[in-house]
Amino acid sequence: MSSAEIPVVIRPFQMIGHSVLAAFREVGRITIFALRVLIACVTPVIYVREVLRQCLKIGFFSLPVVGLTAVFIGAALALNIYTGGSRFNAEQFVPNIVVLGITRELGPVLAGLMLAGRVSAGIAAEIGAMRVTEQIDALATLSTKPHRYLYAPRVLAGILTLPVLVLVADIIGVMGGYLVGVGALDFSGPSYLRNTWQFVTAGDIWSGVIKAAVFGMIIAMMGCYQGDRSKGGAGGVGRAATLAVVGAAVLILATNYVLTSIFVQVGL
Amino acid sequence: MSDTPVLELRGLAKSFGAKHVLTGVDLSVRKGESLVIVGGSGTGKSVTIKCALGLMSPDSGEVLFDGKRVKSQKSIDGMRRRSGMLFQGGALFDSLTVWENVAFALMYRDGVGRKEARERAIASLSKVRLGKSVASLRPAELSGGMQKRVSLARAIIAQPELIFFDEPTTGLDPITADAVNDLIVEQVKALGAAAVTITHDMASVRKIADTVAMLHEGKIIWSGPVDQIDNSGNDFIDQFVHGRAEGPIQPAM
Ligand SMILES: Nc1ncnc2c1ncn2[C@@H]1O[C@H](COP(=O)(O)OP(=O)(O)OP(=O)(O)O)[C@@H](O)[C@H]1O
Ligand SMILES: [Mg+2]
Repeated sequence: MSSAEIPVVIRPFQMIGHSVLAAFREVGRITIFALRVLIACVTPVIYVREVLRQCLKIGFFSLPVVGLTAVFIGAALALNIYTGGSRFNAEQFVPNIVVLGITRELGPVLAGLMLAGRVSAGIAAEIGAMRVTEQIDALATLSTKPHRYLYAPRVLAGILTLPVLVLVADIIGVMGGYLVGVGALDFSGPSYLRNTWQFVTAGDIWSGVIKAAVFGMIIAMMGCYQGDRSKGGAGGVGRAATLAVVGAAVLILATNYVLTSIFVQVGL
Repeated sequence: MSDTPVLELRGLAKSFGAKHVLTGVDLSVRKGESLVIVGGSGTGKSVTIKCALGLMSPDSGEVLFDGKRVKSQKSIDGMRRRSGMLFQGGALFDSLTVWENVAFALMYRDGVGRKEARERAIASLSKVRLGKSVASLRPAELSGGMQKRVSLARAIIAQPELIFFDEPTTGLDPITADAVNDLIVEQVKALGAAAVTITHDMASVRKIADTVAMLHEGKIIWSGPVDQIDNSGNDFIDQFVHGRAEGPIQPAM
């Protein structure tokens, strides 16, 4: 049916209907794609060499980005908590709240968002370029499934490396708070660290690490998915990278909320 | 020559939106036979072999490999295991070295060790007149013609029973092109493979083809033994063989 036959008043509804259907289709596609990749992640053959290469690429080379983000956030957080805390004489809680905020929330979320920019876009562009230059087709003719050889190693690397990066971010973030606390807010160094250490629980660390693993999966998965679907030359590859970053970022923030409320429920 | 064709296409049709690229392609190729598909640019030659290998799914029609219908993913995988393909654009993996590209199927499909795979890759490269020195380079460091030859070496390394060559000699100098033609003939005659080659190069057609098929407006409009192309009595093939702009085929603009 062409849109010309449809009365004008109906058209907005038709447009809404179309976009709702398109959204459902997209969710369905991503889900199927993700399931296929996850199955490839846990069934042999796993290409260990590829996984290690991706860990290096995703994990190691992201250390500077994650470290810088964490140190500045830790520092800014300490200042803000000090200012806010002083309104009801709670300045002494700076170390406690910094470590809580970093480990439970800001470490995983900010590392996730930074890597959505760095890693998702990179994966989408790489896979997209392989798609438009027929390398993915070539892979298929050589009887090797892209899910196994290309996507599963990236997703595994995302799941394995993000928790490590987040642990690093936790430490550096606390150090950022420490530098401000000791340098500008006249805390004593040893007592700042003691307060931090005595306050933080295994649950704080674990909840951040679990989030990180999930975000790592999302980041790599969105990159692979958008790259796999890209078509139409260099423009299509660029579009895939943009979509991957936006999709990963939104999914990370939404998932963060869901995971946090689950952790609250189970008391982690 | 055995009687069941290695590959048979029946009534293959494929459209992209309103654009009907293939409207009923029938083809077959036997063991030890070299089929060459010719036709104007954009007539759907590459689409035909992509449908044959299951890289695109045809809208209708069927593909038979070794007499059996290829439809399920399992049968497609089975066919690919015994086939090789040279892509028009090379399609080399640019994150891997040349030898890893050539030996890819050996390492990742057949589980051959890296050392042996490398040796066999170097042997395969020498067949396309590429020396040991290129083995450790990346595809981006090679010229277009060299990339094409690496891709050819990758297509033949596992001694497939059915090989597709999409414009194997385009972009090569005449001497290397002739060596590539020899190589294709050798694959078919010595190893008994079935080959489907797409080319615009008439010298190549005369050298490698047993059978020539011409694709035009979505159908095979003429096919016959290579020695009949000069007196086929078909205006289309005549125009193509002699490379004239005037005739029943309108040049693609
Ligand atoms: N993935 C695709 N999506 C949309 N259209 C396509 C796609 N692939 C091919 N086509 C169209 O199908 C037609 C045939 O393409 P094909 O690549 O098979 O041509 P060809 O015969 O191989 O030409 P050439 O000799 O130039 O390589 C072209 O018009 C092309 O635009
Ligand atoms: Mg083509």
